[in-house]
Amino acid sequence: MSDMDEMDDGSGVVKKFMFLNRKAPHGTVYALEGLEVVLITAAFDQDVSMVFTDDGVYQLIKGIDSKGIEVKDFSKTYRALEGYDVEKLYVDQASMDARGLTEDDLIVDVAVLSVDEMANLMAEQDVVISF
Amino acid sequence: MPMVNIAGKEVEVDEEGYLVDLSQWNEDIAKYMAVEEKVDLTDSHWEVVNFLREYYAEYQIAPAVRVLTKAIGKKLGPEKGNNKYLYELFPYGPAKQACKIAGLPKPTGCI
Repeated sequence: MSDMDEMDDGSGVVKKFMFLNRKAPHGTVYALEGLEVVLITAAFDQDVSMVFTDDGVYQLIKGIDSKGIEVKDFSKTYRALEGYDVEKLYVDQASMDARGLTEDDLIVDVAVLSVDEMANLMAEQDVVISF
Repeated sequence: MPMVNIAGKEVEVDEEGYLVDLSQWNEDIAKYMAVEEKVDLTDSHWEVVNFLREYYAEYQIAPAVRVLTKAIGKKLGPEKGNNKYLYELFPYGPAKQACKIAGLPKPTGCI
């Protein structure tokens, strides 16, 4: 069997992927790289959810201005996720509270989950990838 | 990276010919890229190119072809939001060729 045949056998399989974003948007490349992986995963028609926790919640805040550090402001790209059928966005309640943030501070619609709800959601996944 | 002279202006492109600094983009560059891609630009082509530029301005990415098709259908009507129409305009891939002409980077998830 050629590699191609094996790839064909794999098509049509849909797995539940969760991408866990824990870091602030700038300063490291994790947030941007994680976002690119999400877009690619969605292009393969997989079941994608994104979780924002710890400093990762800062990735979604409104009014980011990255001009001063001379990097692209990719926060607008989170608004494109809906067009990629990535509509399951979750944030961690405790991380929001600790930073004085509410849903109104975020550029996209999210579901705010407690630690227990998050743990249940995580247990349902086939793959969890942390950035 | 290579430099090319387009209408008397030096611009930088990557190995695949995509514009490096999208703020340099103008219609002359679009026309130059179209010649490179062997695409004869009509109003229908411009409609897609301009749509892509607006999409990029709003979301800071070039859309994957599936997303582009859906978004065009929503904005310009179902007769244009399908693969057949877009591939007739850009035979070597609407995302790849139209993005190049629009001065955008190659789309993420473009395989």
